[in-house]
Amino acid sequence: MSDQQSLNSVDMLLNMGPQHPSTHGVFRMVLQIDGERVLDVEPYIGYLHRGSEKLSEGEQYAQIITLFDRLDYLANFNNELVICMTVEKLMGVEVPERAEYIRVILCELNRIASHFLFYGTMGMDAGASTPILYGFRDREKIQSLFESVSGARMMHNYFKIGGIKADLPSDFFEKIQWLLNEIKQGVDQADSLLSFNEIFLNRTRNIGIINSEDALDFGLTGPNLRASGVPYDIRKNDPYSIYDRFSFDIPIGDRGDVWDRYFVRIQEIRESVKIIEQALKQIPDGEITANVRRIARPPKGDIFVHAENPRGDFGVYLVSDGSDKPYRLKIRPPSFCSLMALKHMMRNAYVSDAVMILGSIDIVLGEVDR
Amino acid sequence: MSILELFLLQIKIVLLFGGLTIVVLSLTWLERRVLGKIQRRIGPNRVGPQGLLQPIADAIKLVTKEDIIPESADKLIYWLAPIVVFVPPFVIWVTIPIASNTTTLAVNNMHLGLLFVIALTVISITGLVMAGWGSANKYAILGGLRSTAQLISYEIPLIMVAISVLILCQTTDLKEIVDKQNIIPYALYLPLGLLLFFIAGIAEVGRVPFDIYHAESEIVGGPFVEYSGAHWSVFYLAEYIQTFTIAVLTTLLFLGGWHIPFISLEENIVLGFFITIIKAYAVVMIIFWFRGTFPRMRIDQLMAFAWKILIPLSFANVVISSGIIFYDIPLIVLSIINILITLAIGYVLYNKFTTPAKIDAEEMLRKARNYKLPEGI
Repeated sequence: MSDQQSLNSVDMLLNMGPQHPSTHGVFRMVLQIDGERVLDVEPYIGYLHRGSEKLSEGEQYAQIITLFDRLDYLANFNNELVICMTVEKLMGVEVPERAEYIRVILCELNRIASHFLFYGTMGMDAGASTPILYGFRDREKIQSLFESVSGARMMHNYFKIGGIKADLPSDFFEKIQWLLNEIKQGVDQADSLLSFNEIFLNRTRNIGIINSEDALDFGLTGPNLRASGVPYDIRKNDPYSIYDRFSFDIPIGDRGDVWDRYFVRIQEIRESVKIIEQALKQIPDGEITANVRRIARPPKGDIFVHAENPRGDFGVYLVSDGSDKPYRLKIRPPSFCSLMALKHMMRNAYVSDAVMILGSIDIVLGEVDR
Repeated sequence: MSILELFLLQIKIVLLFGGLTIVVLSLTWLERRVLGKIQRRIGPNRVGPQGLLQPIADAIKLVTKEDIIPESADKLIYWLAPIVVFVPPFVIWVTIPIASNTTTLAVNNMHLGLLFVIALTVISITGLVMAGWGSANKYAILGGLRSTAQLISYEIPLIMVAISVLILCQTTDLKEIVDKQNIIPYALYLPLGLLLFFIAGIAEVGRVPFDIYHAESEIVGGPFVEYSGAHWSVFYLAEYIQTFTIAVLTTLLFLGGWHIPFISLEENIVLGFFITIIKAYAVVMIIFWFRGTFPRMRIDQLMAFAWKILIPLSFANVVISSGIIFYDIPLIVLSIINILITLAIGYVLYNKFTTPAKIDAEEMLRKARNYKLPEGI
């Protein structure tokens, strides 16, 4: 018997978060580590629980939109679109063309903003300090365009049931041309600064791998699923709004590692720019809102509507009892499912990888905890 | 030693201490401004002209902050660690010459100067491990252990490259090493050596991309996580002095110190001082530039990089240099061999990492264009 066998060794439990700088909000994970190796990870959520689902039952439909702004606070327009579409579909409202185009332009811009922030935090997790400032620079330009449109940088409350609240400001089309140029330059800069950096490649390739079957089993959606090689994008597979009118590509990775998840998002920025350019060419004049009653009263029934958010498949299940408030409202957040695959991805990772993997699935805790 | 000599020595030491403090203050300001330029922001610009007084304001703020010692910390070790980290980098400076004509501008220029410098740099590691252990914090312990592995590994290439310089100039006296480069700096004979020394040096002081033991986004500051106020500032003082030391050593060993390459000047102590300082700050600028550009490596990759790439190369460097000196082959051959090896390594690294990623990116684009709706999902 050697001394080593008689010694009683215990694995260390390392508590990461909720105050840790790279847990992206208030998220806690308890890592069981042996030296630098992660043996097990236990995620703890619920620090940002606000009870949005229950709160919705006490609010009128127009008021619920403000709650949806605060779910995925990096993709406010996308959230608003989903709840508006849900109610409109249940009521059978036809949204005017111009409103649909404006919605799509704003949603795609919001996707770009969200992915730019992802690019920044990914660099931050990898230890580079510059990407976050470049990412924020480009995101800020988009935010100020949003401010000129809706009056608020983040919590817009701009979409309404049946259309949008107000038409675009007169200088919008000038500004957006300039903005699209800036975005294209920003993405190219991201590629040359971080995407093909040898150290970054070393840190991200073949790390946190999840294959396509596991990804489907865990219910991953959005860029995380596409990085694993599954061609699934609701904008193509189950087109909503007017997405069937645009031609754009869906980037697909093949290994499902951290780099694939990162690069799928970088490519998606370029595809979103394509969509916006086409929408700007096609946008018609006309009404911006359908003729609906101010207090919406959908008929009795239930409906499920989902859409492609920057983080994946964001769905809303709505049960209406015919009154002006929902009977029950269930939100299907994509980040929550991504988070559940965390344990699977972190097998045999290092402590440094754990941070990268958590960053690569791009969670927003406002949506996970609801 | 007469009383006058002792008095002179004390004045010299006080001047050295003051000079180094000024260097640290200027470096913190410079780092923030340069990083600001890289990141398209301004940096400190409120306190004094161009924010020049910002470091002083920071120093006052740090010293007046409450110095917290955690309840469960090992008080003695916790208290002692900053001092162990802080003293060696200062002591090293006793022997580093900055300029010279008939006399040398150093507190005491030793004949075994280079040996002394290398011997003392290792001591700081002890302090980091002490800080990590004494804090009684899991992040700090992880950081302390990382620092041991990292700093001991990178000590070896640093020493081996210094040895190949010694072989070329056949002395350990730093002043003489510099004076042998009065026409051609060793950077031209040993470009690979310069590269290895610089990389190992950055790893030695734990700056980006080797800032693994105090990785902010992973272990939140590593050994320093529990420190605050004056104790914390002492760690950072030491880190900046070490950075500057590496820059000055690179200048002295490879860039010709107070000589201008290819021009032989009348030796002037004031001019020499400024030439050395400018060269050293230029090297520091490159370190800051790295900080603005690179992500951080992972601990196992860092160790593999040291043991699989840097250490074999530095040993090869010693063997090649000594062979060339022993057989009296012209030094131009050494320089050519060095450049060839450097290019080969660069090519291999590019082929191993960047090319496959670019191919994968192309593949991703090709797949995106051939998107097909899946069946059965």
